[in-house]
Amino acid sequence: MRTKAEYLKGYKDLVAIRRLEEKCAELYQLGQIGGFLHLYIGQEAVAVGISNALTEKDHVITAYRDHGIAYTQGMDPGVIFAELTGKIDGCSKGKGGSMHLADTSLNFWGGHAIVGAQMPLAAGIATGFQYLKNDNVIVCMMGDGATNIGYFHEALNLSKVWNLPVVWLVENNRYGMGTAVERASAVTDIQLKARGYKIPSEEVDGMSVNAVEKAVKKAVKHARETGPFFLEVMTYRFHGHSMGDPERYREAEEIKRFRKEGPIGILHAEILEKKYATEADLDKIHDEVDEMIAAAVEFAANSPEPDPSELWTDIYA
Amino acid sequence: MARITIREALSQALWEEMEANEKIFLMGEEIGVWGGTYAVTRGFYDHFGPDRVRDTPIAEGVIAGAAIGAAMVGARPVAEIMTVNFALLAMDMIVNHAAKLRYMFGGQFKVPVIIRTPGGGGRQLGATHSQTLDALFAHFPGLRVVTPATAYDSKGMMKAALRQDDPVMFMENALLYQKRDEVPDGDYVVSLEKSDIKREGTDVTIVTYSRMLHESLAAAKKLAKEGISCEIVDLRCLRPLDLEPAFESFKKTNRAVIVEEGYPQFGVGAEISARIYEECFDYLDAPVKRVAQLDVPLPYNRALEQSAIPNVDTIIKAVKEVMYV
Repeated sequence: MRTKAEYLKGYKDLVAIRRLEEKCAELYQLGQIGGFLHLYIGQEAVAVGISNALTEKDHVITAYRDHGIAYTQGMDPGVIFAELTGKIDGCSKGKGGSMHLADTSLNFWGGHAIVGAQMPLAAGIATGFQYLKNDNVIVCMMGDGATNIGYFHEALNLSKVWNLPVVWLVENNRYGMGTAVERASAVTDIQLKARGYKIPSEEVDGMSVNAVEKAVKKAVKHARETGPFFLEVMTYRFHGHSMGDPERYREAEEIKRFRKEGPIGILHAEILEKKYATEADLDKIHDEVDEMIAAAVEFAANSPEPDPSELWTDIYA
Repeated sequence: MARITIREALSQALWEEMEANEKIFLMGEEIGVWGGTYAVTRGFYDHFGPDRVRDTPIAEGVIAGAAIGAAMVGARPVAEIMTVNFALLAMDMIVNHAAKLRYMFGGQFKVPVIIRTPGGGGRQLGATHSQTLDALFAHFPGLRVVTPATAYDSKGMMKAALRQDDPVMFMENALLYQKRDEVPDGDYVVSLEKSDIKREGTDVTIVTYSRMLHESLAAAKKLAKEGISCEIVDLRCLRPLDLEPAFESFKKTNRAVIVEEGYPQFGVGAEISARIYEECFDYLDAPVKRVAQLDVPLPYNRALEQSAIPNVDTIIKAVKEVMYV
């Protein structure tokens, strides 16, 4: 973000993801969203920074904590809520749910619920791009927990052997479900794992939209011109792993500390300091977001249930 | 017409389709410089080059996953998994992803990937290298599972697989690569959805596929000399499963033997016999008989191993049982 307009757009995106996720929690409590629900609250700057950095030749794939990146890639919140509530106007016709948002027209390849599975798929998407010589790049997001599974190593290795146009981007939110990084990973400085495959890596402040944006731009350029790049983005999730998380693994103090310096607060202060807006202007953005989310929820509520015949469609081409 | 081996048939199909469609590329362990451990891709690397014939690390998860991902964005990868036993390391990619991506994302993705892999026992390779796992893959909606037993079918089905948009598990059998039969000179395809009567007969219906087709044909030849006429249905594909010809045959013979090389429990024979009972109950003259591998991991010892795998003799015995002779 450089211009005033970009800063205000970035701020609005952060607030929109926050409100969208808060609304999800509400709808989940009401029983309107079923299954598992993983909120992105606290990590918003990562998705905003990534999408800010991407151009029409850049693509993204992620894990199941996918609402934020779906939104920043341009998915209509109404479509998101329709999918979450299992309606026909959802991006996946209500067949995918919270963990399976995707829209290929937005260069967004999902939304994958098996931890780490997006990595071999991303290696393949990058292989396809390389093979088809279309100059595209894929950014593969993953959590810190996913760096401990076999796919991580198979995918990173292949990406370097074939010099694939892929950016591996870890959102290190300090916990894989309820297990802290230092309890699960022999190497706690996760970006070092990439060095084992001779993939250049960087650590990034995930609470800053601009830090993420800058790092992703550089990484994507490297991926396009040279080969894989690896980013470890330091972030924090303010809510539980999913809605059924007893949170026995961390202290309330820790959450409070991160919340105080959350991505929205940081950008809020920066905008005021740069005098890009007044408190009142920013309040107005909050109001606009509230209206957008309300309209989106209404759109989803009015969307029909899938026809029973949908059970049998999309199995084969 | 030319008499060629199944190895040659597969090789020809891949070669001709790669010449015709630049989106097709091959990937897998030792398929390039080495020429393929079963030599199906011998000569491909020199002709098509390293970009289209990609040697991979020994890493089945990412072999399957990368092929699926490349298919998602418009390429047509053919991944070779050296043996079906190693496909177990890629099971999540095949079952949770190839089979489900299209459905789970409301039809947004197509995944035209082919995973070629040979299986089967009988070569003294021990329990982990001798399995016949066709039934396992046939369990999952979203996959196509094809199991050709002849050179004609192998070439035609490989070509058909390369011209459609679903993920295909192309199940080969290591002992069949040298098997020969006649293949037409020009271009042709064989449906991925149709079973085929490989021998006509009147007394007993044998339903089988892959290598057991040849054991069944040999058994039928012997039985004919004893005056027992067997009709043989070659399934050719396990998913989708075309049972109409088998039902039609059964309604004529009223007796059936299902022959497979895999395990009996929850196997191909279990499925087909259940379907015969459901669809053709009024036509039964004898209980449907299953012939399958004995319910044990295959041992290394040759005699022990051979005793556990169906053959001409065990098929003849089963046919005589349903004939009550």
